[in-house]
Amino acid sequence: MIDRASPFAKNPKGFVHSLPSRAGLERLLPLLILVVIVAAIMLLAGQLGIVQQRRITLGFISMISVVGLYVFMGNSGVLNFSSVAFMAIGAYVSALLTMRPQVKATFLRDLPDWLASAQFDPWIGILAGGLVAALVALIVGLPLMRLSGIGAGIATLSLLIICYIVLGNWTGVTGGQRSLMGLPTYVTVWNAGLAAIGAIILAFIYQESRSCLALRASREDEVAARAAGVRVVRERLTAFVLGAFICGIAGVFYGHFLGTLRVENFYLDPTFLYITMLVVGGMRSLTGAVSGVIVISALAEILRLLEVGLRLPGLDAAIRAPAGLGDVVLAALMLGIILFRPQGITGGREITLRGLRD
Amino acid sequence: MSNLVPVLIDAFSVGGLYALTALGIGLIFSVMRLANFAHAEFVTVPAYALFVLSAQPTVMAISAAVLVAVVLSLATERAAFRPLRGIDPATMLIASFTVSMFLQRLLVFAFDSRLKPVDPLAFLSGSVPLFGVSVNLLKLTTVITCLVLLVALTLFLKYTRFGLEMRAAAEDFTMSRLLGVRANRVIATAFVLSALLAAVVAVLFSAQTGFVQPRFGLQIVIIAFVATVIGGLGNLLGAAVGGFLVGVVATLLQTYLPPDLRPFREAFLFLIVIVVLLFRPQGLFPARGLKERI
Repeated sequence: MIDRASPFAKNPKGFVHSLPSRAGLERLLPLLILVVIVAAIMLLAGQLGIVQQRRITLGFISMISVVGLYVFMGNSGVLNFSSVAFMAIGAYVSALLTMRPQVKATFLRDLPDWLASAQFDPWIGILAGGLVAALVALIVGLPLMRLSGIGAGIATLSLLIICYIVLGNWTGVTGGQRSLMGLPTYVTVWNAGLAAIGAIILAFIYQESRSCLALRASREDEVAARAAGVRVVRERLTAFVLGAFICGIAGVFYGHFLGTLRVENFYLDPTFLYITMLVVGGMRSLTGAVSGVIVISALAEILRLLEVGLRLPGLDAAIRAPAGLGDVVLAALMLGIILFRPQGITGGREITLRGLRD
Repeated sequence: MSNLVPVLIDAFSVGGLYALTALGIGLIFSVMRLANFAHAEFVTVPAYALFVLSAQPTVMAISAAVLVAVVLSLATERAAFRPLRGIDPATMLIASFTVSMFLQRLLVFAFDSRLKPVDPLAFLSGSVPLFGVSVNLLKLTTVITCLVLLVALTLFLKYTRFGLEMRAAAEDFTMSRLLGVRANRVIATAFVLSALLAAVVAVLFSAQTGFVQPRFGLQIVIIAFVATVIGGLGNLLGAAVGGFLVGVVATLLQTYLPPDLRPFREAFLFLIVIVVLLFRPQGLFPARGLKERI
């Protein structure tokens, strides 16, 4: 299951040390291909109109979040519904740090003085958003990582619900049920794309590490991995914290993309969407995570265009689907993919040139 | 005593609905290891049937709702869950999400997402005296209906052939097949029972809230889900107890929490859930035969 191109395994003729650079390249290939694909989408987006650019930006933000979800759920095989909660934490932390003090004074009365009067650089917001999410993950993960299977699913779902309720009712700090307005909107297709590439690189470095190999071993067989000396809880916690960091940053970008935060934006709908994207792509590989986002986002966009009315060249009448049908068809397509390919589009494999040739 | 009775009736009318929903989820889980999130739509769709038929006589509307629930559950089983039988539970759970999402969006497409008024049990709006306090008739009916259904389900599982097959399948699915239990039939029975319970929940819950919307079932199913896991997935008694327990704890938190913290009531509920899971990962009443053999 673990596809690693080591120079020893890949050389059939016995020249063990003859082609180390080629073997190293082959090992990096999935990463290179994914980065090139994302960069190509960025360049393509540069040629398109503002509406399409915003759609693609949103797609990149989903990609960051799904990669963050993959880091834990894909590598450990443990169900996780809490990734959007960490997005929410990142988004709110960054919002509180980067909003103008005048805006904070009108909406949020319970902030400590140092926070109420300060306005930090966006960079600090991004970093702090990710780090606070990671810190929260470290604290809650310490007990939670002992769970697996449906129990882990329900526990992380409970975490999401707790986060939603606390953010929605802590009115003096988060604005509660009202929207939190006035976030600086600095997110463009370029910086969101670069952040997505950063998330992919981070996830790839992690998945090539010793820690992640041990975690994957525990995914295949928890008891055997324990017997072989894998400290399952510690490895899961590492992945959980790293995943939460990436999701926190996804949340920061989401908040500063919208400019307005509502707790409803960080609840069940995006949770289901991101998990479905990961499963449709194939949750056991990074390629799967990235391709799931691209496929679902592209399908959603095509269906949206059909709803608006698509005018084909050479045809007089526009093809137009009734409003709301797109959502139905999208859900049906996602279900179809899961039914026919339960392991996802990629089947859990990474992309390689060998795979493309065959 | 006089102020305790309404609180208890409240607690058990909420807990009863959770228990019925948790049983509906637990029945399917015990025979095919599917944690069925689409149960939310098994509740929502019959509630919409009640809305569509609100001009018809009550008996007709309710029987139509039951019929709709049964047809829907059998159709989902055939189309979505049968092809995935035997696959790992996580993928099945996610498949049931997409089924749920599909049905929910279909409802939005057909009815839009605004609230629709329903009142299937309008004749129960009064109250009756009980132990010296007046008790809402609808809540009392809910409690009694839940208890009657629990007893009926127990008798069904204990004393009928179908019930025996279901208990055998829950214990060890492969072994029960070897002994002549038909897989398709026992799973279909579980889905039909689950749909019947869901339809009852739809009638009672929509009568309590007075409206229906596309996420009508989701709020109750999420809590029931938690109840199923707390009770011990795969254990029906555990599911029922878990449902009542969650409802009672929620109502008690609502009543006795200081007003400042009351908005955070459900946060406390789910915190308790996490704590229970940490100490009893298999639930309070672990099911037999669920522990993986090595």
